Amino acid sequence: MPVAPIALALLAVALAWPIPLWLAAARWPRRAPGLALVLWQAIALAGGLSMIGALLTYGLLPFGPDLLSGLVGFVSAVADGTAADRAGLDHLAALFGALLLGVHLLLNLILTIVRTDRDRRRHRQLLSLLGRQDPDDPSARILDSPLPVAYCLPGTWGSVTVFSAGLMRLLERDELRAVAEHERAHLGQRHDLVLVAFRAWHASLPWFPVAYRAEREVGMLIEMLADDRALDHVDETSLARAIALVGNAGEQSGLALTERATTPAGTLQEQALERIRRLSRPMDALPTATRAAIVAAAAGLLAIPTILLIVPGLS
Amino acid sequence: MPGLGDLERSVMDVLWDSHEARSAYDVQNALAADSERPLAATTVLTVLSRLEKKGFVRRERVERPHRYSAVASREDHMAELMHEVLGGADDRQAVLARFVGQVSPAEAEALRKLLSAN
Repeated sequence: MPVAPIALALLAVALAWPIPLWLAAARWPRRAPGLALVLWQAIALAGGLSMIGALLTYGLLPFGPDLLSGLVGFVSAVADGTAADRAGLDHLAALFGALLLGVHLLLNLILTIVRTDRDRRRHRQLLSLLGRQDPDDPSARILDSPLPVAYCLPGTWGSVTVFSAGLMRLLERDELRAVAEHERAHLGQRHDLVLVAFRAWHASLPWFPVAYRAEREVGMLIEMLADDRALDHVDETSLARAIALVGNAGEQSGLALTERATTPAGTLQEQALERIRRLSRPMDALPTATRAAIVAAAAGLLAIPTILLIVPGLS
Repeated sequence: MPGLGDLERSVMDVLWDSHEARSAYDVQNALAADSERPLAATTVLTVLSRLEKKGFVRRERVERPHRYSAVASREDHMAELMHEVLGGADDRQAVLARFVGQVSPAEAEALRKLLSAN
């Protein structure tokens, strides 16, 4: 009875469906967004690993008792032309599937990175022609637009934070500070890397509802993490007011309304509300034991498929 | 010595503010008018060809000297930029991290309530 392929397949199903749905519905991630983010990354990595691993270990069964000897056996069988005789069609199909899935995921990651980078470069060029330097902060740029917007543009050759003239008119000093610290946290903690990875995952499995939920949830956790960092410098009320004012004003300006139709219902909108709720009713930090359990769960998720793959005798 | 980015910006400002295509010499003169240190003609040409490569400037090669004009107005580019920032769906968030998105009218009302409770 081959243990590894069956166990890996069961793990892959669990990580593709019930576990991410449970995590997306859980309330505790709002109390510990950093830990939840670690868990999401472990789920995505372990999910991919067990999906490919299940196919690979099953496909290699006729060639050897474990992954390494199976691979060696398969390569030599291919070399002397006996691979098709030794393995049934099901095993060869599984090997082909593993290869296809691996290449598909990798290509999508590369494509997403290239696309994101191209979009950012174009945006940076526009910024350098249209924005002016912030006199108080050399890494920030100011756009002469009446719309109140603030964002950061991460980049390999230095990142930029952008504020619009409309934002600076709308917000008080402490609220502006809250926005600036929030954006600085995004850049400092390299949230863009996590987002690109989940964007790629979603792009490779567009028909897969969990991938969409995961990308959305990760986006929200990142905002909460940046909010928490901003709270080191400003109080909850200033930050909550800044979120509400910028959100409201963006609505009232009436611009970008045409885009609304194409925006999936309530992604950023719900996020803004959720963030303000979180700031207006601060929750206790998670108990240490719970935090440790979450870290252990993330480590376990990565360890189990790795062990199933490499330990001999399990196939 | 201003950086290349600043030069590109000043050159674009000249082209945006003029209604017709201008030669590199015109641009050089316009820039010299509002700066005490005039730019070399080669520098202006370099900046113009960089801008052409990036797609911001169009070059007319009908007669010599070649004449340059902006591909789109300043307002069009600002609109493009704002569209990038505000438009699109959540996958925009991977390109640039926005502080907060727009909200629907119903949610705007809920936001106002939350605010007044604070």
